[in-house]
Amino acid sequence: MIFKRPSFWLTLLLAAVFIYLPLRSNDAALREDLILVAVAIILVSNLNLMIGYTGYVNFGHIVFYGLGGYVGLYLVSARGWHLPSAALTAGVFVSICALFFGLGVLRLRGAYFALATVGILVAVHAFVSNFDPWGRSTGMYLPFEAYEPLGGAMRALWVTYYLVIAVMALSMILSLAIKRSKFGLGLFAIREDEDAAVVLGINATVYKAIIYSVSAFLPAVAGALMFYKNGMIDPSIAFEYMLSIEGIVMLMLGGQGTVIGAAMGAGLYERLRSYLLTQPRLSNFHLVIAGGLLLVVVLFASRGLIEWLYKFVPRSREVIE
Amino acid sequence: MTALLETQGVSKRFGGLQAVSDVSFTIRQGEILGLIGPNGAGKTTLFNIVNGVYKPDKGKITFAGKDITGLAPNHVVKLGLARTHQIVKPLNGMTVLENVTVGACFGRESLGLREARETSLEVLKEVGMAERAQSPARSLTLAGKKRLEVARALAAGPKLLLLDEVLAGLTPTEVAQMIDLIRKIRERGVSVFMIEHVMQAVMKLSDRIVVLNFGQKLAEGSPPEVAADSQVIEAYLGDSEIADRLMEKK
Repeated sequence: MIFKRPSFWLTLLLAAVFIYLPLRSNDAALREDLILVAVAIILVSNLNLMIGYTGYVNFGHIVFYGLGGYVGLYLVSARGWHLPSAALTAGVFVSICALFFGLGVLRLRGAYFALATVGILVAVHAFVSNFDPWGRSTGMYLPFEAYEPLGGAMRALWVTYYLVIAVMALSMILSLAIKRSKFGLGLFAIREDEDAAVVLGINATVYKAIIYSVSAFLPAVAGALMFYKNGMIDPSIAFEYMLSIEGIVMLMLGGQGTVIGAAMGAGLYERLRSYLLTQPRLSNFHLVIAGGLLLVVVLFASRGLIEWLYKFVPRSREVIE
Repeated sequence: MTALLETQGVSKRFGGLQAVSDVSFTIRQGEILGLIGPNGAGKTTLFNIVNGVYKPDKGKITFAGKDITGLAPNHVVKLGLARTHQIVKPLNGMTVLENVTVGACFGRESLGLREARETSLEVLKEVGMAERAQSPARSLTLAGKKRLEVARALAAGPKLLLLDEVLAGLTPTEVAQMIDLIRKIRERGVSVFMIEHVMQAVMKLSDRIVVLNFGQKLAEGSPPEVAADSQVIEAYLGDSEIADRLMEKK
């Protein structure tokens, strides 16, 4: 059972800390820092399901987040939906889209699949930039009344923060549950050798399409929450290509295929990124760091920081998954 | 005895190469059928057609009364037809036990994780790998990896097991162990269809043998019949004395 796994309780502990810290000091700046960390963990955990579990590199992962943001914001602003139902609907809608994309592009393997995911990102970006109901390239804004159901804009910031933390915890628990399931075993087999996996009885086509679709759900929900919180969306912030690639760096840095490692990589990198981004002299210098980090990780620690932990504390392998 | 697997006029062409042409044979319940032939004769291609990796251009394959022509490998294994690979395909990043558990989970009985793990431990004991259960698959020797292939296929609970050169590259002791294992598998009621180049072994083990040459069936019969067949000697064994010696050892 998942409740017996230490990583499950570790995840809940992390979520509790995230909730407690800004609440204790009523510190909005800290809250804004932590929400970015949480979003990074959500994106990277779900990206891990594709890259770390199944062995398929998705360069266009951010498309789920952006598309979820658009659907959510559209439902709230143009249709007058409440946030929870809008966010859930965004998740379901994007997952269904991903299922269709997936059944098409998952016939490709290796570098060809990776290229196709870039294609999906560019195509969706281009579509949204020309889609009238979503405001084309100027995007959409949320009127202040949209925050009324949550008790005004100030309270809405806190509510969305808690919801994002919940999605973060769910992402990690989902990763953990899949890792310890028969479905997860099938995914790992596909990662190791897809042909052998099929001969052993795994329906690789269906498995890949399902995990691609699953990996879209929570990022889309998070996108809906985040762009609701921000009150606006446009194509360039919704589909930030760089973030898609940095997600891969975060995953490799922490340790692909592991739940805690992925979260650790996301957290560390996101803090570093925020620090560098706010240094006035270092505009976009974080990308240099990202490139350098990727090189170092690939060359010297291809299994991520978590592998060091396993090496120094062998028993942690059982506990920290 | 009833036919477990039956192929009728199976053919497969790759570009200009007729890899398998018009091959028909049957495997009976509980029998060990050997498949021999020179390199490039189409033996592995025939295996790949039988378990669904390739679709045949022509012909029909029936397994346990069902038409499985062109059925994907993942469906074929669920009907009880498992195989090993000539070029071993261990799931390297996983442990030996996890490898076998994959076989049990997605095989004929589609076991749940816990039952699959129990079944896998039993299978590992049976093939003599119990003490390696927690080792990473990549750390095994070639002989170990071949055993792992067999264990994985067995864990799927097959009615028919296709063994693709499980003896090649093994030391004499390892060959003897593997032969014992194949006998044990048959005693459990599993039929075996094996490609093998190690002649003594295949002559000793098989109830009947099918000989392929240039994609065509050259001969079929009991080991002594096949070894005495002048066409087989010419195409494959090369020398009638070798054939005689092989039969003496039996």
